[in-house]
Parts: sequence; C-alpha cells; structure tokens
Amino acid sequence: MVKALFPLTLKEASVKRRGKTLAGPIDLALNRDGITIVMGPNGAGKTTLLRMMHGIDRLSTGSVTWAVPDTVARAQQAFVFQTPVILRRTVLENLAYPLHLIGMAKKEAEKRALQACADIGLSGHEGLRATRLSGGEKQKLALARALIRNPQVLFLDEPCANLDGPSTREIEALLNQAKLRDTGIIMSTHSIGQAQRLANTVIFMHKGALVEHSPSSVFFETPQTPQATAFLKGDILE
Amino acid sequence: MGDIWEGLRAAAWLLISFDADLYEITLRSLRVTVSALFISCLIAMPLGALLVLRRFWARRFVIAMLNALMGLPPVVVGLVVYLMLSRSGPFGVLNLLFTPTAMIIAQVVIITPLIASITHQALRDLWSEYHDLLISLNTSLGQRVRTLLWDGRRNLLTAALAGFGRAIGEVGAIMVVGGNIDHATRVLTTAIALETGKGDFAMALGLGMVLIGLAVTVNLTIHWLTGTERAGRW
Repeated sequence: MVKALFPLTLKEASVKRRGKTLAGPIDLALNRDGITIVMGPNGAGKTTLLRMMHGIDRLSTGSVTWAVPDTVARAQQAFVFQTPVILRRTVLENLAYPLHLIGMAKKEAEKRALQACADIGLSGHEGLRATRLSGGEKQKLALARALIRNPQVLFLDEPCANLDGPSTREIEALLNQAKLRDTGIIMSTHSIGQAQRLANTVIFMHKGALVEHSPSSVFFETPQTPQATAFLKGDILE
Repeated sequence: MGDIWEGLRAAAWLLISFDADLYEITLRSLRVTVSALFISCLIAMPLGALLVLRRFWARRFVIAMLNALMGLPPVVVGLVVYLMLSRSGPFGVLNLLFTPTAMIIAQVVIITPLIASITHQALRDLWSEYHDLLISLNTSLGQRVRTLLWDGRRNLLTAALAGFGRAIGEVGAIMVVGGNIDHATRVLTTAIALETGKGDFAMALGLGMVLIGLAVTVNLTIHWLTGTERAGRW
C-alpha cells in the first residue's frame, strides 16, 4: 500500500505575480474526505489555490506540505484543467501517455488504456485523433487520463464549466466512481448545484482569501460568514 | 529564344538517354544534401526544443543569433570552412578539403541555424499548449523534448524541407570547399555554374531542370507520404 498523502498542510501560502496577489496567504489543513469543493465567485483565486496545492504554480511565500516527501507526493497526483489539454495523438495514445512516462510496458499500458477508453464510453474511437473529439468527450478523456495512474489525489479546475447537461452528468458519475476507489478529489466550481450534489467538504474563497472551510452540510445550511451567506443567496460579491 | 529551345531539347535528350555524367552528378548532389540535412536535423531539432524548454541566461541571445544566422552568406561559410580544413588550418591533417565531406560540413553550417530557428518557433506554440499538462505529469526534460518533437513532427517536416531546399540549391560554399572537381565533388549547382560559364547551355539547362525536378519531387513525395494538408489532420 502506498503511504497516505494526507493531511495536506498549507502555511501562509500565497502566489503573487507582478506585484499582484492572486491568492493567499492561506492556512489550511486538509484530510482525505471524499470530494472537497472549492467555491467562490470568479477571480476568487480558486484556480490558483488548486495549482499551488498541486505544485504547478510557484509559491511566493509560505509552504505546501504533504505527509510524504514532495517527489513522492507529486507522483500520486493528477490535475484536470478547465480547458482540457489534449495531446495531438489518438485517443488511445492520450490515455496511455502517462503510463509510458513511468516506464510501463507497452502491452500493459495499452490494456489499461483500452479499459479506460471503455469506461468513458469511447470504445470504438480508440484510433480517432483526440483533437477532433467534442468538448465533453475531450474533458472525459482528460479525466480518464488523469485517473489512469490511480492517483491518490485528483485536482479538477471547473471541469464542467463549458459542458452541457449530459456531459456534466457523466463527469460527475466518473468522479463518484473515483471517490469510491478512495481517490481524494479536490475540485473547484462556481455552480452551487454541482457543489451540493458532490461536496463532502467545502472551501469558500473570496478575493484570494480562504473565507470558510466546513463540512458541506454545515456550509449549505448554516454558512458561518456573511460572504458565504450572500454567495449562496445568489448575491453578487464585490 | 533559340538558345533556350535548343537547350531544352538537348536537356530532354540528356534525361531520356540516361546520360551517365548527369546521373552521377545528380546522385552526388542528393547524397551530399541528404547527409547534411540528416546531421543538421540531429543537431538543430533537439537544440530548438531545448531553447523552448530551458530558461538559461543566454537564451534570448542564442535565439537572436540563430535568426540572424539564417541569412548567413554561403560564400563566407565556404571561406571559413576552407580555412579550417586547408593544410595550414586546424583540421588540415584530416585531408578533407575538396571532398564531399567538406561540402557536407559547409552545408551543415548553413542549414542548422535555419532548421533550429523554425523548430524553435513551431515548438514554442506547442509548448504553450502542453505546458500545464507536462508539468502536472511530472515529466523529465528528456520526456518533454521527445513529446514536443514527436507531436510537432509535422511542423518539423516543414523545417527539414526548408533546410533541404536551401542545401540542394546552394552553390557558393560548396564551390569553395568542394572545388567542383569532375567525378569527385561536382554537383548539380556547381556544374550549372561551370557549364553556363563555358557557354554549354544545353547541359546547363538539363542540369537545371533536373535540379528543379528533384526539389519538387522530394517535397511532393514527403507531403504525400505524410498526408499533410489532407482534411482532418492536425
């Protein structure tokens, strides 16, 4: 068994670019708890928070630490971007790519990629150029590719932002399956409905700061801060 | 006008009659250029990818230099390679001057900056597309280079074809370092220059037609083989 990555600890962590603070300083301790949803209005710093947890945005101050050394932790994570990054290869090659990177034998990698392809309902399209898929299919492909190494933690940055209803439903089903396999999921969204459907824990952000961090039942019924109350009521936060 | 018609007729005859000299010269042209192109691609394409992926202090300078060197005057390259390879030069002991190898060296110097520069521009766009994913997947530098080169291969083909075009049509440098020696270092371009000087326009035109035909054929073949510009390709 791989050693557990959680808890994830952020201490005074912030990201600044050209003198502007995008997010932080943030103090946060996160345990593996099913699906953690990061909420907040546009520009609240949700994306930046996810990127600094994952380690693709360099910290300006503070630290992000996992229960295991950084190199071990990085190998156990995956990230799905808002606009899926699709390699200019076939669907199957996209899925097998992360496995090739870790030196898995070609046959085994292909076997797993085929399985993943079937899981997202793209059987029969293995040889199709992935760049020609529809938006929803691309996002499903990106999600399946992120899950193919069985990561302990999966980050998703507004994965359903540009998708229609059926695609959103399929993505959410895939996420619930991953949750059952004990993958810790940290995902941002600004859809309150989606957060209610999926969240076990909610992190609420506003203007780059962490405003509220509570179990979803508490957050949606008795929000503790005026900002969260206003956001849930549908007000515009400034 | 008479000269041209006469020349074209003679040229056609040279081609149909499988003129031995013509075929020898053509094959040597191809051998020199393809060798130079192969070596240049081995140097220039990883270099172009590294310039995209690595941030080092002289990076901007190297890129600016490569762009400037794309317009390198071939005759000057020939002169420098000549001085290096001549008896009194640092590599004189290798006895390479006036051999096809010397011509390959000169062509490598001429087309490497061109290929590296086009590679850099093509892969820069691809990298901005792939950046987040490849960082997220924890790829090593080598894996990034290989991914960019493989997924950008269609653009790299353009770079290689540009290099081929410049090398096959080049005359100044290989004339200086090769010497246009019959049955040794004579290639299409140097032969055309010589025959024109001699006033043998038939041979010159024949060679010219072969040269153009060669360049077009190679380009068309590669485009056909790789299916670029076909619907639905990336």
